[in-house]
Amino acid sequence: MKEQFTPKIVGFLCNWCSYAGADLAGAAKLEIMPSLTVIRVMCSSRIDPNLVLTTLLLGADGILIAGCHPGDCHYDKGNYYARRRFALLKKVIKTLKIDPERLQLSWVSASEGKRYAEVVNQFTEKIKKLGPNPIQTNPYL
Amino acid sequence: MDKVLKINKSVEKGIIDLLKFLLESKKINGVFTLRKLGQNNVDYALITDVSGLDNAVPFYPLMPANAGKMLSHFTLKKPIEKPIAAVVRPCELRAFIELVKREQGSLDNFLFISSSCGGVLPIKSVEQKDFDKQISNYWNFVKNADISTDIRPTCKACEYFTPFNADITVSLIGEKKLDKECRIFLNTDKANQIVKGFNGEISEEEFESSEISSLLEKRKAEKKKLFDEIHIENLGLEGMVEVFGKCIGCHVCSRVCPICYCILCDFESATYDYSQSDYEKELHKKGGLRLPPDTIFFQIGRLTHISFSCVGCGMCTDVCPVDIPVAAIFQKTGEETRQLFDYLPGKDVEETIPVMIFKEEEFTELGE
Repeated sequence: MKEQFTPKIVGFLCNWCSYAGADLAGAAKLEIMPSLTVIRVMCSSRIDPNLVLTTLLLGADGILIAGCHPGDCHYDKGNYYARRRFALLKKVIKTLKIDPERLQLSWVSASEGKRYAEVVNQFTEKIKKLGPNPIQTNPYL
Repeated sequence: MDKVLKINKSVEKGIIDLLKFLLESKKINGVFTLRKLGQNNVDYALITDVSGLDNAVPFYPLMPANAGKMLSHFTLKKPIEKPIAAVVRPCELRAFIELVKREQGSLDNFLFISSSCGGVLPIKSVEQKDFDKQISNYWNFVKNADISTDIRPTCKACEYFTPFNADITVSLIGEKKLDKECRIFLNTDKANQIVKGFNGEISEEEFESSEISSLLEKRKAEKKKLFDEIHIENLGLEGMVEVFGKCIGCHVCSRVCPICYCILCDFESATYDYSQSDYEKELHKKGGLRLPPDTIFFQIGRLTHISFSCVGCGMCTDVCPVDIPVAAIFQKTGEETRQLFDYLPGKDVEETIPVMIFKEEEFTELGE
Protein backbone atom coordinates (compact mmCIF):
# COMPACT_ATOMS: atom_id res chain seq x y z
CA MET A 1 0.00 0.00 0.00
CA LYS A 2 1.22 3.47 -0.88
CA GLU A 3 2.31 5.45 2.13
CA GLN A 4 0.13 8.46 2.69
CA PHE A 5 1.82 11.80 2.29
CA THR A 6 1.78 13.95 5.43
CA PRO A 7 3.02 17.40 4.55
CA LYS A 8 5.63 19.11 6.64
CA ILE A 9 4.44 22.65 7.19
CA VAL A 10 6.34 25.27 9.11
CA GLY A 11 4.15 27.82 10.84
CA PHE A 12 5.38 31.16 12.04
CA LEU A 13 2.83 32.24 14.64
CA CYS A 14 2.71 35.60 16.32
CA ASN A 15 3.01 35.39 20.06
CA TRP A 16 0.01 37.53 20.93
CA CYS A 17 -2.76 36.31 18.63
CA SER A 18 -2.12 33.23 16.56
CA TYR A 19 -0.01 31.36 19.09
CA ALA A 20 -2.63 32.02 21.74
CA GLY A 21 -5.23 30.90 19.21
CA ALA A 22 -3.32 27.68 18.72
CA ASP A 23 -3.23 27.21 22.49
CA LEU A 24 -6.95 27.71 22.68
CA ALA A 25 -7.52 25.18 19.91
CA GLY A 26 -5.43 22.71 21.87
CA ALA A 27 -7.22 23.41 25.14
CA ALA A 28 -10.56 22.94 23.40
CA LYS A 29 -9.25 19.59 22.08
CA LEU A 30 -10.10 20.50 18.50
CA GLU A 31 -8.97 18.14 15.82
CA ILE A 32 -5.89 19.53 14.06
CA MET A 33 -3.81 17.68 11.51
CA PRO A 34 -0.33 16.87 12.82
CA SER A 35 1.42 18.61 9.94
CA LEU A 36 2.42 21.92 11.44
CA THR A 37 5.72 22.65 13.14
CA VAL A 38 5.24 25.85 15.04
CA ILE A 39 7.81 28.59 15.45
CA ARG A 40 6.73 31.31 17.81
CA VAL A 41 7.71 34.84 16.87
CA MET A 42 6.97 38.00 18.79
CA CYS A 43 5.25 39.64 15.82
CA SER A 44 4.43 38.63 12.26
CA SER A 45 6.47 41.61 11.08
CA ARG A 46 9.55 40.01 12.60
CA ILE A 47 9.58 37.42 9.85
CA ASP A 48 12.31 38.33 7.43
CA PRO A 49 11.53 37.05 3.90
CA ASN A 50 14.83 35.19 4.19
CA LEU A 51 13.42 33.03 6.98
CA VAL A 52 10.55 31.99 4.76
CA LEU A 53 12.81 31.44 1.79
CA THR A 54 15.33 29.34 3.63
CA THR A 55 12.50 27.23 5.04
CA LEU A 56 11.11 26.71 1.55
CA LEU A 57 14.50 25.94 0.03
CA LEU A 58 15.40 23.51 2.79
CA GLY A 59 12.37 21.53 1.74
CA ALA A 60 9.32 22.50 3.79
CA ASP A 61 6.16 21.52 1.93
CA GLY A 62 4.30 24.60 3.06
CA ILE A 63 4.82 27.73 5.10
CA LEU A 64 2.11 29.35 7.14
CA ILE A 65 2.52 32.83 8.54
CA ALA A 66 -0.16 33.79 11.03
CA GLY A 67 -0.66 37.03 12.90
CA CYS A 68 -3.27 39.25 14.47
CA HIS A 69 -6.08 40.58 12.29
CA PRO A 70 -5.31 43.93 10.63
CA GLY A 71 -5.97 46.66 13.14
CA ASP A 72 -5.51 44.33 16.12
CA CYS A 73 -1.73 44.08 16.22
CA HIS A 74 -0.28 43.99 19.72
CA TYR A 75 2.37 46.40 18.47
CA ASP A 76 -0.24 48.55 16.73
CA LYS A 77 0.75 48.04 13.10
CA GLY A 78 3.27 45.23 12.79
CA ASN A 79 0.95 43.01 10.79
CA TYR A 80 0.49 45.70 8.14
CA TYR A 81 4.23 45.61 7.52
CA ALA A 82 4.13 41.83 7.51
CA ARG A 83 1.40 41.90 4.88
CA ARG A 84 3.44 44.20 2.63
CA ARG A 85 6.50 42.03 3.00
CA PHE A 86 4.51 38.92 2.27
CA ALA A 87 3.08 40.53 -0.88
CA LEU A 88 6.63 41.43 -1.91
CA LEU A 89 7.96 37.94 -1.33
CA LYS A 90 5.07 36.37 -3.20
CA LYS A 91 5.61 38.72 -6.12
CA VAL A 92 9.32 37.89 -6.33
CA ILE A 93 8.63 34.18 -6.23
CA LYS A 94 5.84 34.50 -8.80
CA THR A 95 8.07 36.50 -11.15
CA LEU A 96 10.66 33.75 -11.04
CA LYS A 97 7.89 31.26 -11.77
CA ILE A 98 8.34 29.39 -8.53
CA ASP A 99 5.08 28.07 -7.13
CA PRO A 100 3.79 30.65 -4.61
CA GLU A 101 0.95 28.37 -3.49
CA ARG A 102 3.11 26.85 -0.77
CA LEU A 103 3.07 30.11 1.15
CA GLN A 104 0.10 31.33 3.10
CA LEU A 105 -0.62 34.32 5.27
CA SER A 106 -3.55 34.04 7.68
CA TRP A 107 -5.03 36.18 10.39
CA VAL A 108 -5.96 34.30 13.55
CA SER A 109 -6.83 36.09 16.76
CA ALA A 110 -6.31 34.80 20.31
CA SER A 111 -9.98 33.90 20.66
CA GLU A 112 -10.23 32.06 17.35
CA GLY A 113 -9.20 28.56 18.34
CA LYS A 114 -11.70 27.11 15.94
CA ARG A 115 -10.48 29.27 13.09
CA TYR A 116 -6.91 28.20 13.83
CA ALA A 117 -7.86 24.55 13.45
CA GLU A 118 -9.67 25.34 10.21
CA VAL A 119 -6.75 27.29 8.77
CA VAL A 120 -4.27 24.53 9.55
CA ASN A 121 -6.54 21.77 8.26
CA GLN A 122 -7.43 23.60 5.07
CA PHE A 123 -3.84 24.56 4.33
CA THR A 124 -2.71 20.99 4.96
CA GLU A 125 -5.32 19.71 2.52
CA LYS A 126 -4.13 22.20 -0.05
CA ILE A 127 -0.50 21.15 0.35
CA LYS A 128 -1.51 17.50 0.20
CA LYS A 129 -2.96 18.17 -3.22
CA LEU A 130 0.21 19.97 -4.31
CA GLY A 131 2.35 17.05 -3.20
CA PRO A 132 5.82 17.10 -1.69
CA ASN A 133 8.08 20.07 -2.31
CA PRO A 134 10.21 19.18 -5.35
CA ILE A 135 13.16 20.96 -3.76
CA GLN A 136 13.50 18.13 -1.26
CA THR A 137 15.00 15.82 -3.83
CA ASN A 138 16.86 18.34 -5.99
CA PRO A 139 20.53 18.20 -5.04
CA TYR A 140 21.18 21.49 -6.82
CA LEU A 141 18.99 23.50 -4.46
CA MET B 1 10.45 75.60 -21.43
CA ASP B 2 13.70 74.83 -19.68
CA LYS B 3 16.58 77.20 -19.11
CA VAL B 4 19.66 76.29 -21.03
CA LEU B 5 23.24 77.53 -20.95
CA LYS B 6 24.98 77.24 -24.29
CA ILE B 7 28.73 77.06 -24.69
CA ASN B 8 30.35 77.02 -28.10
CA LYS B 9 32.76 74.22 -27.29
CA SER B 10 32.66 70.46 -27.31
CA VAL B 11 30.61 68.97 -24.50
CA GLU B 12 33.61 67.67 -22.61
CA LYS B 13 35.48 71.01 -22.87
CA GLY B 14 32.36 72.98 -22.05
CA ILE B 15 31.55 71.14 -18.86
CA ILE B 16 35.19 71.22 -17.70
CA ASP B 17 35.28 74.97 -18.35
CA LEU B 18 32.18 75.38 -16.24
CA LEU B 19 33.66 73.25 -13.45
CA LYS B 20 36.90 75.23 -13.60
CA PHE B 21 34.96 78.47 -13.34
CA LEU B 22 33.04 77.17 -10.33
CA LEU B 23 36.24 76.03 -8.61
CA GLU B 24 38.15 79.22 -9.38
CA SER B 25 35.37 81.48 -8.22
CA LYS B 26 35.19 79.39 -5.01
CA LYS B 27 31.52 78.66 -5.55
CA ILE B 28 32.33 75.01 -5.01
CA ASN B 29 35.20 73.42 -3.14
CA GLY B 30 35.63 70.28 -5.13
CA VAL B 31 34.47 68.25 -8.08
CA PHE B 32 33.54 64.60 -7.81
CA THR B 33 33.96 63.10 -11.22
CA LEU B 34 35.63 60.46 -13.36
CA ARG B 35 39.36 60.94 -13.90
CA LYS B 36 41.61 59.36 -16.46
CA LEU B 37 43.99 56.82 -15.02
CA GLY B 38 46.74 55.65 -17.35
CA GLN B 39 45.85 54.74 -20.90
CA ASN B 40 42.22 53.67 -20.76
CA ASN B 41 41.23 53.27 -17.15
CA VAL B 42 39.21 55.73 -15.17
CA ASP B 43 38.47 56.13 -11.49
CA TYR B 44 36.21 58.33 -9.44
CA ALA B 45 38.06 61.18 -7.81
CA LEU B 46 37.36 64.24 -5.72
CA ILE B 47 39.29 67.03 -7.38
CA THR B 48 39.87 70.22 -5.42
CA ASP B 49 42.56 71.74 -7.59
CA VAL B 50 41.82 73.52 -10.87
CA SER B 51 44.77 71.90 -12.62
CA GLY B 52 43.49 68.51 -11.50
CA LEU B 53 40.50 69.01 -13.77
CA ASP B 54 42.74 68.61 -16.82
CA ASN B 55 42.60 64.87 -16.24
CA ALA B 56 38.86 64.82 -15.60
CA VAL B 57 36.68 62.98 -18.12
CA PRO B 58 33.15 63.68 -16.83
CA PHE B 59 31.06 61.61 -19.25
CA TYR B 60 33.53 58.90 -20.16
CA PRO B 61 31.46 55.78 -20.87
CA LEU B 62 32.81 53.61 -18.08
CA MET B 63 31.49 52.99 -14.59
CA PRO B 64 34.31 51.72 -12.37
CA ALA B 65 31.97 51.82 -9.37
CA ASN B 66 28.49 53.14 -8.81
CA ALA B 67 29.03 56.76 -7.78
CA GLY B 68 25.96 56.62 -5.55
CA LYS B 69 27.80 54.18 -3.32
CA MET B 70 30.92 56.36 -3.32
CA LEU B 71 28.98 59.51 -2.40
CA SER B 72 27.28 57.61 0.39
CA HIS B 73 30.69 56.72 1.85
CA PHE B 74 31.51 60.44 1.82
CA THR B 75 28.44 61.55 3.68
CA LEU B 76 27.64 58.58 5.87
CA LYS B 77 28.33 60.22 9.23
CA LYS B 78 27.48 63.83 8.43
CA PRO B 79 26.79 66.02 5.40
CA ILE B 80 29.73 67.56 3.59
CA GLU B 81 30.38 71.03 4.94
CA LYS B 82 31.46 72.81 1.78
CA PRO B 83 29.69 72.62 -1.57
CA ILE B 84 30.87 69.98 -4.01
CA ALA B 85 29.81 69.44 -7.59
CA ALA B 86 29.19 65.77 -8.39
CA VAL B 87 29.12 64.68 -12.01
CA VAL B 88 27.15 61.46 -12.02
CA ARG B 89 25.00 59.35 -14.31
CA PRO B 90 21.22 59.25 -13.85
CA CYS B 91 21.27 55.75 -12.32
CA GLU B 92 24.08 56.71 -9.97
CA LEU B 93 22.14 59.72 -8.76
CA ARG B 94 19.09 57.55 -8.24
CA ALA B 95 21.18 55.04 -6.31
CA PHE B 96 22.50 57.82 -4.07
CA ILE B 97 18.96 59.01 -3.38
CA GLU B 98 17.92 55.48 -2.49
CA LEU B 99 20.83 55.35 -0.04
CA VAL B 100 19.92 58.72 1.46
CA LYS B 101 16.41 57.36 2.05
CA ARG B 102 18.09 54.57 4.00
CA GLU B 103 20.04 57.13 6.05
CA GLN B 104 23.29 56.20 4.38
CA GLY B 105 24.22 59.68 3.22
CA SER B 106 23.10 63.24 2.79
CA LEU B 107 22.26 65.37 -0.23
CA ASP B 108 23.24 68.61 1.51
CA ASN B 109 25.74 70.88 -0.20
CA PHE B 110 25.88 68.84 -3.38
CA LEU B 111 25.48 70.34 -6.80
CA PHE B 112 24.42 67.43 -8.97
CA ILE B 113 25.46 67.51 -12.58
CA SER B 114 24.07 64.72 -14.71
CA SER B 115 23.28 64.08 -18.34
CA SER B 116 21.00 62.23 -20.66
CA CYS B 117 22.91 58.97 -20.67
CA GLY B 118 23.93 56.72 -23.52
CA GLY B 119 24.98 53.94 -21.17
CA VAL B 120 28.43 52.66 -20.28
CA LEU B 121 30.75 50.03 -21.69
CA PRO B 122 31.51 46.99 -19.55
CA ILE B 123 34.61 47.48 -17.38
CA LYS B 124 36.29 44.52 -19.03
CA SER B 125 36.22 46.24 -22.43
CA VAL B 126 39.24 48.42 -21.52
CA GLU B 127 41.37 45.36 -22.11
CA GLN B 128 40.06 44.84 -25.61
CA LYS B 129 42.24 45.88 -28.51
CA ASP B 130 39.59 47.93 -30.25
CA PHE B 131 38.63 49.87 -27.13
CA ASP B 132 39.43 53.25 -28.71
CA LYS B 133 37.21 52.38 -31.62
CA GLN B 134 34.45 51.32 -29.25
CA ILE B 135 34.65 54.72 -27.56
CA SER B 136 34.42 56.67 -30.80
CA ASN B 137 31.59 54.43 -31.98
CA TYR B 138 29.85 55.04 -28.68
CA TRP B 139 29.78 58.78 -29.24
CA ASN B 140 28.40 58.33 -32.74
CA PHE B 141 25.58 56.24 -31.33
CA VAL B 142 24.90 58.92 -28.71
CA LYS B 143 24.78 61.63 -31.39
CA ASN B 144 22.28 59.62 -33.39
CA ALA B 145 20.23 58.72 -30.30
CA ASP B 146 20.82 55.05 -30.96
CA ILE B 147 21.77 52.13 -28.73
CA SER B 148 25.49 51.45 -28.86
CA THR B 149 26.29 47.84 -29.66
CA ASP B 150 29.06 47.68 -27.06
CA ILE B 151 27.38 48.98 -23.90
CA ARG B 152 26.28 46.90 -20.92
CA PRO B 153 23.21 44.78 -21.68
CA THR B 154 21.48 46.48 -18.75
CA CYS B 155 22.19 49.92 -20.23
CA LYS B 156 20.72 48.82 -23.55
CA ALA B 157 17.52 48.00 -21.69
CA CYS B 158 17.48 51.10 -19.45
CA GLU B 159 14.43 53.33 -19.70
CA TYR B 160 15.49 55.93 -17.15
CA PHE B 161 18.36 57.58 -18.95
CA THR B 162 17.40 61.14 -18.09
CA PRO B 163 18.09 62.29 -14.54
CA PHE B 164 15.39 63.05 -11.96
CA ASN B 165 17.04 65.21 -9.34
CA ALA B 166 19.99 66.82 -11.08
CA ASP B 167 20.57 70.54 -10.63
CA ILE B 168 22.25 70.64 -13.99
CA THR B 169 21.56 68.30 -16.91
CA VAL B 170 23.97 68.15 -19.80
CA SER B 171 22.24 67.15 -22.99
CA LEU B 172 24.04 64.32 -24.78
CA ILE B 173 21.44 62.12 -26.46
CA GLY B 174 20.76 63.17 -30.03
CA GLU B 175 23.12 66.16 -29.89
CA LYS B 176 24.38 66.15 -33.45
CA LYS B 177 26.83 68.97 -32.75
CA LEU B 178 28.38 67.29 -29.73
CA ASP B 179 31.89 68.33 -30.76
CA LYS B 180 31.07 71.99 -31.24
CA GLU B 181 28.27 72.87 -28.92
CA CYS B 182 27.46 72.16 -25.31
CA ARG B 183 23.91 72.52 -24.03
CA ILE B 184 23.63 72.63 -20.26
CA PHE B 185 20.15 72.68 -18.77
CA LEU B 186 19.70 74.52 -15.49
CA ASN B 187 16.94 72.76 -13.59
CA THR B 188 17.02 74.45 -10.18
CA ASP B 189 17.43 77.91 -8.68
CA LYS B 190 20.69 76.71 -7.22
CA ALA B 191 21.99 75.96 -10.70
CA ASN B 192 20.80 79.33 -12.02
CA GLN B 193 22.55 81.15 -9.19
CA ILE B 194 25.80 79.27 -9.42
CA VAL B 195 26.42 79.80 -13.13
CA LYS B 196 26.03 83.58 -12.81
CA GLY B 197 29.16 85.24 -14.10
CA PHE B 198 30.04 82.36 -16.38
CA ASN B 199 30.69 83.25 -19.98
CA GLY B 200 27.87 81.62 -21.91
CA GLU B 201 24.58 82.34 -23.53
CA ILE B 202 21.42 81.58 -21.57
CA SER B 203 18.21 80.91 -23.44
CA GLU B 204 15.08 78.81 -23.18
CA GLU B 205 14.73 75.50 -24.93
CA GLU B 206 12.95 72.22 -24.47
CA PHE B 207 15.00 69.39 -22.92
CA GLU B 208 12.70 66.60 -24.03
CA SER B 209 13.26 65.96 -27.69
CA SER B 210 12.05 63.57 -30.35
CA GLU B 211 15.48 61.90 -30.16
CA ILE B 212 14.98 61.13 -26.48
CA SER B 213 11.55 59.62 -27.04
CA SER B 214 12.78 57.60 -30.01
CA LEU B 215 15.65 56.23 -27.92
CA LEU B 216 13.15 55.34 -25.21
CA GLU B 217 11.19 53.23 -27.69
CA LYS B 218 14.36 51.49 -28.85
CA ARG B 219 15.41 50.80 -25.27
CA LYS B 220 12.00 49.32 -24.46
CA ALA B 221 12.29 46.93 -27.38
CA GLU B 222 15.80 46.02 -26.28
CA LYS B 223 14.55 45.35 -22.77
CA LYS B 224 12.00 42.88 -24.03
CA LYS B 225 14.72 41.15 -26.00
CA LEU B 226 16.95 40.94 -22.93
CA PHE B 227 14.20 39.40 -20.81
CA ASP B 228 13.34 36.96 -23.56
CA GLU B 229 16.96 35.85 -23.81
CA ILE B 230 17.05 34.55 -20.25
CA HIS B 231 13.47 33.20 -20.52
CA ILE B 232 12.53 34.94 -17.31
CA GLU B 233 8.87 34.47 -18.22
CA ASN B 234 9.13 30.79 -17.43
CA LEU B 235 12.28 30.42 -15.41
CA GLY B 236 11.04 28.34 -12.49
CA LEU B 237 13.30 26.52 -10.10
CA GLU B 238 14.78 24.42 -12.88
CA GLY B 239 15.61 27.57 -14.81
CA MET B 240 17.12 29.19 -11.72
CA VAL B 241 19.33 26.15 -11.25
CA GLU B 242 20.43 26.49 -14.84
CA VAL B 243 21.09 30.25 -14.72
CA PHE B 244 22.86 30.18 -11.37
CA GLY B 245 24.44 26.79 -11.91
CA LYS B 246 27.81 28.36 -12.49
CA CYS B 247 27.60 30.73 -9.52
CA ILE B 248 30.75 30.42 -7.43
CA GLY B 249 29.15 32.13 -4.44
CA CYS B 250 31.63 35.02 -4.30
CA HIS B 251 28.85 37.52 -3.45
CA VAL B 252 30.64 40.23 -5.37
CA CYS B 253 27.33 41.24 -7.01
CA SER B 254 26.17 42.43 -3.64
CA ARG B 255 29.49 44.08 -2.82
CA VAL B 256 29.24 46.36 -5.86
CA CYS B 257 25.49 46.86 -5.61
CA PRO B 258 24.78 50.45 -4.56
CA ILE B 259 21.61 49.47 -2.75
CA CYS B 260 23.17 46.61 -0.75
CA TYR B 261 24.72 48.83 1.88
CA CYS B 262 24.67 46.49 4.90
CA ILE B 263 28.17 46.10 6.26
CA LEU B 264 27.16 42.92 8.01
CA CYS B 265 25.10 41.26 5.32
CA ASP B 266 22.75 38.58 6.51
CA PHE B 267 24.11 36.21 3.90
CA GLU B 268 27.72 36.81 4.92
CA SER B 269 26.91 36.14 8.55
CA ALA B 270 27.00 32.73 10.19
CA THR B 271 23.18 32.59 10.24
CA TYR B 272 22.94 30.48 7.12
CA ASP B 273 26.24 28.62 7.43
CA TYR B 274 26.04 24.87 7.12
CA SER B 275 27.37 22.83 10.00
CA GLN B 276 28.75 19.37 9.39
CA SER B 277 25.52 17.79 10.53
CA ASP B 278 23.59 19.99 8.09
CA TYR B 279 25.71 18.72 5.24
CA GLU B 280 25.12 15.17 6.34
CA LYS B 281 21.40 15.76 6.67
CA GLU B 282 21.17 17.28 3.20
CA LEU B 283 23.25 14.50 1.68
CA HIS B 284 21.09 11.89 3.31
CA LYS B 285 17.94 13.59 2.10
CA LYS B 286 18.93 14.38 -1.45
CA GLY B 287 21.71 11.94 -2.23
CA GLY B 288 23.93 14.83 -3.28
CA LEU B 289 24.61 18.47 -2.61
CA ARG B 290 25.64 21.42 -4.69
CA LEU B 291 28.71 23.22 -3.41
CA PRO B 292 28.84 25.99 -2.41
CA PRO B 293 25.23 25.61 -1.23
CA ASP B 294 22.53 28.27 -1.16
CA THR B 295 23.59 30.29 -4.18
CA ILE B 296 20.00 30.48 -5.36
CA PHE B 297 18.78 31.30 -1.87
CA PHE B 298 21.24 34.19 -1.83
CA GLN B 299 19.90 35.63 -5.07
CA ILE B 300 16.21 35.24 -4.26
CA GLY B 301 16.89 36.63 -0.80
CA ARG B 302 18.59 39.66 -2.26
CA LEU B 303 15.68 40.09 -4.65
CA THR B 304 13.22 40.27 -1.78
CA HIS B 305 15.45 42.68 0.11
CA ILE B 306 16.26 45.22 -2.57
CA SER B 307 14.65 44.48 -5.95
CA PHE B 308 12.17 47.37 -5.63
CA SER B 309 15.09 49.76 -5.18
CA CYS B 310 17.23 48.39 -8.00
CA VAL B 311 18.23 51.29 -10.24
CA GLY B 312 19.45 49.00 -13.01
CA CYS B 313 23.03 50.23 -13.13
CA GLY B 314 24.28 46.81 -14.18
CA MET B 315 27.33 46.71 -11.90
CA CYS B 316 26.42 43.19 -10.73
CA THR B 317 26.45 41.63 -14.19
CA ASP B 318 29.54 43.60 -15.09
CA VAL B 319 31.67 42.23 -12.26
CA CYS B 320 30.29 38.68 -12.25
CA PRO B 321 33.29 36.40 -12.83
CA VAL B 322 31.14 33.73 -14.47
CA ASP B 323 28.90 36.07 -16.51
CA ILE B 324 25.54 35.40 -14.91
CA PRO B 325 22.94 37.97 -16.07
CA VAL B 326 22.18 39.04 -12.51
CA ALA B 327 21.15 42.56 -13.47
CA ALA B 328 18.58 41.40 -16.01
CA ILE B 329 16.89 39.23 -13.40
CA PHE B 330 16.92 42.12 -10.95
CA GLN B 331 15.58 44.48 -13.60
CA LYS B 332 12.66 42.20 -14.39
CA THR B 333 11.83 41.35 -10.79
CA GLY B 334 12.32 44.98 -9.81
CA GLU B 335 9.87 46.04 -12.46
CA GLU B 336 7.25 43.71 -10.99
CA THR B 337 7.82 44.66 -7.35
CA ARG B 338 7.91 48.37 -8.17
CA GLN B 339 4.54 48.01 -9.86
CA LEU B 340 3.23 46.33 -6.75
CA PHE B 341 4.02 49.40 -4.66
CA ASP B 342 3.76 52.04 -7.40
CA TYR B 343 7.31 53.07 -6.64
CA LEU B 344 10.19 54.37 -8.68
CA PRO B 345 13.59 54.19 -6.98
CA GLY B 346 15.52 57.42 -6.76
CA LYS B 347 12.79 59.64 -8.08
CA ASP B 348 11.85 61.52 -4.95
CA VAL B 349 13.94 61.65 -1.79
CA GLU B 350 10.81 62.38 0.28
CA GLU B 351 9.21 59.10 -0.76
CA THR B 352 9.65 56.32 1.80
CA ILE B 353 10.96 52.93 0.71
CA PRO B 354 8.04 50.53 0.25
CA VAL B 355 8.81 48.14 3.11
CA MET B 356 8.92 50.98 5.64
CA ILE B 357 5.35 52.13 5.07
CA PHE B 358 1.93 50.60 4.50
CA LYS B 359 -1.63 51.52 3.74
CA GLU B 360 -4.38 50.03 5.83
CA GLU B 361 -6.58 49.29 2.84
CA GLU B 362 -4.20 47.37 0.62
CA PHE B 363 -3.53 43.72 -0.21
CA THR B 364 -6.78 42.84 1.54
CA GLU B 365 -6.92 39.69 -0.59
CA LEU B 366 -3.98 38.39 1.44
CA GLY B 367 -4.63 36.83 4.81
CA GLU B 368 -6.77 33.80 4.12
